[in-house]
Amino acid sequence: MTDIIKLTAAETAAKIASGELTAVAVTEAHLARIEAVDEKVHAFLHVDREGALAQARAVDEKRERGEKLGPLAGVPLALKDIFTTEGIPTTVGSKILEGWIPPYDATLTQRLKAADVVILGKTNMDEFAMGSSTENSAYGPTGNPWDLTRIPGGSGGGSSAALASYQAPLAIGTDTGGSIRQPAAVTGTVGVKPTYGAVSRYGMVAFSSSLDQGGPCARTVLDAALLHEVIAGHDPMDSTSIDAPVPPVVEAARNGSVAGMRVGVVKQFRGEGYQAGVIQRFDESVELLRELGAEIVELDCPSFDLALSAYYLIAPSECSSNLARFDGLRYGMRTGDDGGHSAEEVTSLTREAGFGDEVKRRIMLGTYALSSGYYDAYYGSAQKVRTLIKQDFDTAFEQVDVIVSPTTPTTAFPIGERADDPMAMYLADLCTIPTNLAGNAAMSLPCGLAPEDNLPVGLQIIAPVMKDDRLYKVGAAVEAAFVEKWGHPLLEEAPSL
Amino acid sequence: MTTTTDLESYEDALAAYDPVMGLEVHVELGTHTKMFCGCSTTLGADPNTQTCPVCLGLPGALPVVNATGVESAIKIGLALNCEIAEWCRFARKNYFYPDMPKNFQTSQYDEPIAFNGYLDVQLEDGETFRVEIERAHMEEDTGKSTHVGGATGRIHGASHSLLDYNRAGIPLIEIVTKPIVGAGERAPEVARAYVRELRELIRALGVSEARMEMGQMRCDVNLSLMPKGADKFGTRSETKNVNSLRSVERAARFEIQRHAAVLNGGGTIIQETRHFHEDTGSTTSGRVKEEAEDYRYFPEPDLVPVAPSREWVEELRAGLPELPLVRRNRLREEWGVSGTDMQAILNAGALDLIVATIDAGADAASARKWWMGELARSANESGKALDELAITAEQVARVTALVASGDLNDKLARQVIEGVLAGEGTPDEVVDKRGLKVVSDEGALTAAVDEAIAGNPGVADKIRGGKVAAAGALVGAVMKATRGQADAARVKELILQKLGVGEG
Repeated sequence: MTDIIKLTAAETAAKIASGELTAVAVTEAHLARIEAVDEKVHAFLHVDREGALAQARAVDEKRERGEKLGPLAGVPLALKDIFTTEGIPTTVGSKILEGWIPPYDATLTQRLKAADVVILGKTNMDEFAMGSSTENSAYGPTGNPWDLTRIPGGSGGGSSAALASYQAPLAIGTDTGGSIRQPAAVTGTVGVKPTYGAVSRYGMVAFSSSLDQGGPCARTVLDAALLHEVIAGHDPMDSTSIDAPVPPVVEAARNGSVAGMRVGVVKQFRGEGYQAGVIQRFDESVELLRELGAEIVELDCPSFDLALSAYYLIAPSECSSNLARFDGLRYGMRTGDDGGHSAEEVTSLTREAGFGDEVKRRIMLGTYALSSGYYDAYYGSAQKVRTLIKQDFDTAFEQVDVIVSPTTPTTAFPIGERADDPMAMYLADLCTIPTNLAGNAAMSLPCGLAPEDNLPVGLQIIAPVMKDDRLYKVGAAVEAAFVEKWGHPLLEEAPSL
Repeated sequence: MTTTTDLESYEDALAAYDPVMGLEVHVELGTHTKMFCGCSTTLGADPNTQTCPVCLGLPGALPVVNATGVESAIKIGLALNCEIAEWCRFARKNYFYPDMPKNFQTSQYDEPIAFNGYLDVQLEDGETFRVEIERAHMEEDTGKSTHVGGATGRIHGASHSLLDYNRAGIPLIEIVTKPIVGAGERAPEVARAYVRELRELIRALGVSEARMEMGQMRCDVNLSLMPKGADKFGTRSETKNVNSLRSVERAARFEIQRHAAVLNGGGTIIQETRHFHEDTGSTTSGRVKEEAEDYRYFPEPDLVPVAPSREWVEELRAGLPELPLVRRNRLREEWGVSGTDMQAILNAGALDLIVATIDAGADAASARKWWMGELARSANESGKALDELAITAEQVARVTALVASGDLNDKLARQVIEGVLAGEGTPDEVVDKRGLKVVSDEGALTAAVDEAIAGNPGVADKIRGGKVAAAGALVGAVMKATRGQADAARVKELILQKLGVGEG
């Protein structure tokens, strides 16, 4: 049993395809693992035992009939609870959607099903993806498998924790300001924010429409690439979806190399607030890249210093509008419908009771930033900063093929430490946010443990728009070199649960 | 609600003030599907049967622009002599209301698809007035609320509300005029003529049926007064959802009188929404805006900008049909009718039917005569619109052909039309079934004439004595004897011949 859950997705798929393992056995092994450890980790909000087994049986029957199986057929996956799943609860980590059973599948959900990926259940997250620790979930925090008293990152902490605790070899996250990459960094896993528009947002509950992007999470670079290929591609249901072929990510992941590549290091991504051990592992990673044949180029991206401020105007503004539909009238929870309140009052009471503090904070910020008389100063200025950040990236990518940085300034912090200090929490996304504002692609992968706390450090690789394959080419090379150096994948050093 | 409003007399109001109007017209497009999803737009379906995750605003759902909606908007813009944006975006208009599933309306804000145009409208006396167009923009309709349990049908005082989202997401084009100044006492008439002209134009473009009684076209009348000679506009009232041509005129007239009374009494006009009441022709105060509503517009991030290529715009311009005013002027000239007669044809909704009848072979005068006479009467009696009558333009043309060939006279033709309307078949079938043919057998006619002369010796003597007008009585007798199937003119001829009197 232990063996099955430690396999990579690629290995699992190969064993199912060859008949060495059945999809049902693989699914049962993961369901058993969930049963055994998730009470402690709390990665899942909902486990769809029956649905997962039915999907697995269908894969085995396909194989028995001699049908060709897709590259991830029968591999279990943990789905962030932000994608709609027909007939399965979707809460987005919020009380306000408690009890809602969506009548439709997100495009991403449909693609996973069409690829015969087995969906184990829905994972925990910060409410409406607002947060960097998963502490903002209305359903309680998730523990980091490296140390259950610490945060697994956020908003996609459920997905990263599921991977790091071997409850699933694949997971889906969404990244508005770092919600895939920062959880990957602090749990020693791999997470990719594809180019904006690469993965359909249809059926992904919106936080900030112009920033949100779904993406793959896994324990290896190749597994992430295989999942990337399944979920990416044009969707006519999403107007912002890019109508172009998916970059050759799997091929890149199978042919990792940095020889002859120009790799940029941005001077704005270090300094105050960065943990010493994080900087140390990052510097070692840069040295490794040089050893592997990359040319290192120093870059200056002055507008990156404004990214956090711009983000905290744009994201709340869009969220204040996106979350207006949660009014208690059509779905989800409803408060005050006792005959004594008007529809307007019911809406107000429902939102008061249904949204958590962080969500309310951002709705208020955004409402303010968009209000007449303030729009130009706030939302308008933030959009200008966004243009500047894009220009900084454009200039940078004239000089380099990819950029590297620490994914997040610190390792996993203790649950509760920053819960009452939103500004401290926001700093966790310092290095990830510029990419969301510019719309290009980025990956986080493990680059070692910080000496001072023995917790994982993430290396971020950033590529230009629609050059997502470069992330995998560089990521695979770095991963292979580290695994060779360490003698095993980093996750093997995590304590057993 | 029952308090009466003080009104100034219309003449006195206009003697002291110049009215300034702004008209906002919403047109529901006749696209098969909604503006941002694939749901049907057919009217009359059971509540909430034409909905999907997108138009219900379910979590995660995203809009996709209906290309036909954009095309219709551009056509309207071109027909209104507007500039068409090379690049424009949708925007979110944020406010909470239960009939709006997302609690924002996807609309356009400072980047409308069409702007800076005009529409020439014709008044009753044929005079033309130019109405400047500020903009035409695309947006989506809301659902429909039915408030139950209150006295007024409004949300205030209702015990509960029923929501139907079938209408939510139906494409709307909002057309906004620039302030209409200089119309003076004709302002209400201009308002009416503008809305009518716009309706004709929308129909001619084929982008909507624009039936006001079905809510496919809705008008808001904004009105203010300024003292004669002033150039600074007064405070306006916004009378919402005025939904017939007559009501548009009445609402403008009422507001002119009401504003004048308030201003003359030393009061000030409050900027507010007002409701129009069809039964009394009056307006009453709606909700007073305590503070200016802040819609927090921002560009819709879920949609990409609309950037119609110049080639496409020119293609659409080239494909525009003849516009109603141009067409009316051409037809008026071709038919040689007066402006007033043309107006009557328009008011009766007969223009297209007459044109179709002419196209089917009838001469213009006959086509006009039947549609504006017999058929208009019949429609009036049955409370139907002309185009709802059970007769086609082709059938009317056939009747005129039978009259022209002498097979029918007008009286018989009326009977044929009556038969067609009663569902007895085509004109030829009715002729056969009812045996309606002009008696052209001279022998039979002569016998009937002789009989009539013999039976009315007194009348015959008068005619012989030169009173030709008395022949009518004998014609009547012959027509009666032939059950109307004789050609009256021929009968008169025969009578005068028999009695040796020449016409003259």
